[in-house]
Amino acid sequence: MSADFLYGIEVILNGLMAGVMYALVALGFVLIFKASGIFNFAQGVMALFAALTLVGIMEGQIPFSHLINEIFGTKIHNFGWEVPALLAIALTLLVMVAFAWAVQQFLFKHLVGQEPIILFMATIGLAYFLEGMGDLMWGSNIKTLDLGLPQGGSRVIEELSANLGGDDFYGFFIDKLDMVASVVAIILVLALIAFSQYTKHGRAMRAVADDHQAALSVGISLNFIWVLVWSLAGLVALVAGVMWGAKSGVQFSLSLIALKALPVLMLGGFTSIPGAIVGGLIIGVGEKLFEYTVGPMIGGATENWFAYVLALLFLVFRPQGLFGEKIIERV
Amino acid sequence: MKLYTLTAVALTTALAAGTATADLVMPDLSYRTGPYAAGGIPFSDGYQDYLNMLNARDGGIGGEELRIIECETGYNTEKGVECYESTKGEGALIYQPLSTGITYQLIPKATADKIPLHTMGYGRTSAANGEVFNWVFNYPANYWDAAGVIVNYLLDENGGDLKGKKVALVYHNSAYGKEPIRTLEALSAEHGFDFNPIAVDHPGQEQKSQWLQIRRERPDYVLMWGWGVMNQVAIQEAANIGFPMENFIGNWWSGAEHDVTPAGDGANGYKSLNMNRIGDLPVFADIKKHVHDAGNAAGDGSNLGTVLYTRGMYAAMLAQEAIASAQKIHGVSDVTAAMVRDGMEALAITADRMKELGMENIGPAFDVSCENHGGSGLGIVQQWNATDSKWVALTDYIEPNKAVTDPLIAEDSAAFAEENGITPACFKG
Repeated sequence: MSADFLYGIEVILNGLMAGVMYALVALGFVLIFKASGIFNFAQGVMALFAALTLVGIMEGQIPFSHLINEIFGTKIHNFGWEVPALLAIALTLLVMVAFAWAVQQFLFKHLVGQEPIILFMATIGLAYFLEGMGDLMWGSNIKTLDLGLPQGGSRVIEELSANLGGDDFYGFFIDKLDMVASVVAIILVLALIAFSQYTKHGRAMRAVADDHQAALSVGISLNFIWVLVWSLAGLVALVAGVMWGAKSGVQFSLSLIALKALPVLMLGGFTSIPGAIVGGLIIGVGEKLFEYTVGPMIGGATENWFAYVLALLFLVFRPQGLFGEKIIERV
Repeated sequence: MKLYTLTAVALTTALAAGTATADLVMPDLSYRTGPYAAGGIPFSDGYQDYLNMLNARDGGIGGEELRIIECETGYNTEKGVECYESTKGEGALIYQPLSTGITYQLIPKATADKIPLHTMGYGRTSAANGEVFNWVFNYPANYWDAAGVIVNYLLDENGGDLKGKKVALVYHNSAYGKEPIRTLEALSAEHGFDFNPIAVDHPGQEQKSQWLQIRRERPDYVLMWGWGVMNQVAIQEAANIGFPMENFIGNWWSGAEHDVTPAGDGANGYKSLNMNRIGDLPVFADIKKHVHDAGNAAGDGSNLGTVLYTRGMYAAMLAQEAIASAQKIHGVSDVTAAMVRDGMEALAITADRMKELGMENIGPAFDVSCENHGGSGLGIVQQWNATDSKWVALTDYIEPNKAVTDPLIAEDSAAFAEENGITPACFKG
């Protein structure tokens, strides 16, 4: 097989892996939108905040230490201990649940019945508030996330596939971290589907998503369900923050990963978990193939805008996205 | 009665403010928040700590206290311009925006307002031509110098011959990242190496395509013009594909500690340029004593001695010397922005003076003149030692390729002069 053909396959494989990373972010948006109709602009910042919190806890950093030192003239930074990764993940999840409760209690509870645009604006405010809070709590410096996740290309795959082509083919490059992310994403999606299909609270969540007034009439607490949904979005944000943060260190640009999720949502639909995954895969493969084939002819750096072109093309033919629910309004 | 009291308080406050404007006003257009904060914070800490140290230790410069006005730009061009507009009326003496995008917007504004801009190692390269850019200075070096320094280093590594070598440039797809392309194209024609620029879109969180391309094309060297998260991801991706790190060389904005630490041991051997030396300088003890121990550190004090902290401090020192030079030229201590411009144009940084300031060999010795606002253009190559977690200087100061860059500067500045109706000439006041 020719090297160009094999490299094309390599690009597709890596596009699929990148798509999984995008889908991880998109999942959080879908969960909240499906259950409450809120487009959560803060999802990217939630991933950042979760990752910051995880590293802060692991390193035994004292939250708000800069602020405390400024006010009281102290010089405290660390508790002097380190927390094992699993315990730190559990504690971070608790923080995200507390955050979910606070969001519901202090923000959205007071905005029930408001127009979707008001709720969207509220999430913009929430994003900036959370970003500032993350800075105050944990500082702005780049943090290294060391969870022992594998990094680098898989040498086994590289060596096994090297013989498929000639001398100018060096074997397939598949990032081990991307493989882990794919497995985690599959587990996460299966767990979310199992939760929503087979548990009491999962079924309640689906009932709220279908018709929250009907759900309310049968005794389902909307307040609880929305806290639950924001908590699940917090869990997804933590997973996304860990996977992206492992690549670049945990830093404030992590919040921008939300931009990679938007075309995925446009394509896959805002209300479908499988849609987020399939949308992510299509965007990932599409943008990587376009960069590989057309990019060199037009100066490269096409991925950011081409993902949106691809999403817009789908949008023209299927406005609700591939798996989204068709909106029918009777007048 | 209350109204009279309030009026009196307001008048007193206004008078006090009037007194304050007699200080030497130093705006600091910093970015401590947002995606580029990791680079903005240490630079700003170094800049402010040094100026605060001058206040605490020497009573300012020439007996005049310095007043720092910090304004958060978030590395956002619009916010940077807002910061400029909101601080220039305070009597700002010199602006150092630490952003090429902001610099491009401020060049016409600062020129009209007659306030000098100092963009060390960034901004518009052709501003080195002081006859066109009377109010803009980019000493001690600019991007085109950096390209020349890297190529001279590679020539040295390859016995003076780069013919047939493949050199890729991974660059931030912005005005900043595109700056060296022209020079590298000219240098590629001169030295016969194959040059391939590869763009990375802002912010650079995802670079898989670019590094797969590098893996396919197998360049001998990869150069990088990155900033922010692009640096960390590029270094991680280079390690992932097994690219030899000693053949991966960043410019001086891609070579701080936080750029390499996230990749851990994978970053070992990565190289970058630096326009200033790193290491334990005597001046740090003064900063610690007069600023940090006094509880006046600009940040949390943890950045002291890091690459970008040292560069911020170096920038402040160059401002200090320009102000002192202006005071000497004009015979007054309370200098204006126009006087500081004169001081910058007459600046002479010597080895003795750097030693006297407790910063021996922090940068190259250089002179500034009306014709040359760009300094000497020298730079060093440093290498990351992951085991010891520190940068190690590999070379002494390396010459750029002025024979290639000077004509490019002349050409670009002439085009700017024509577009803007400027007749190139030394500033006469």
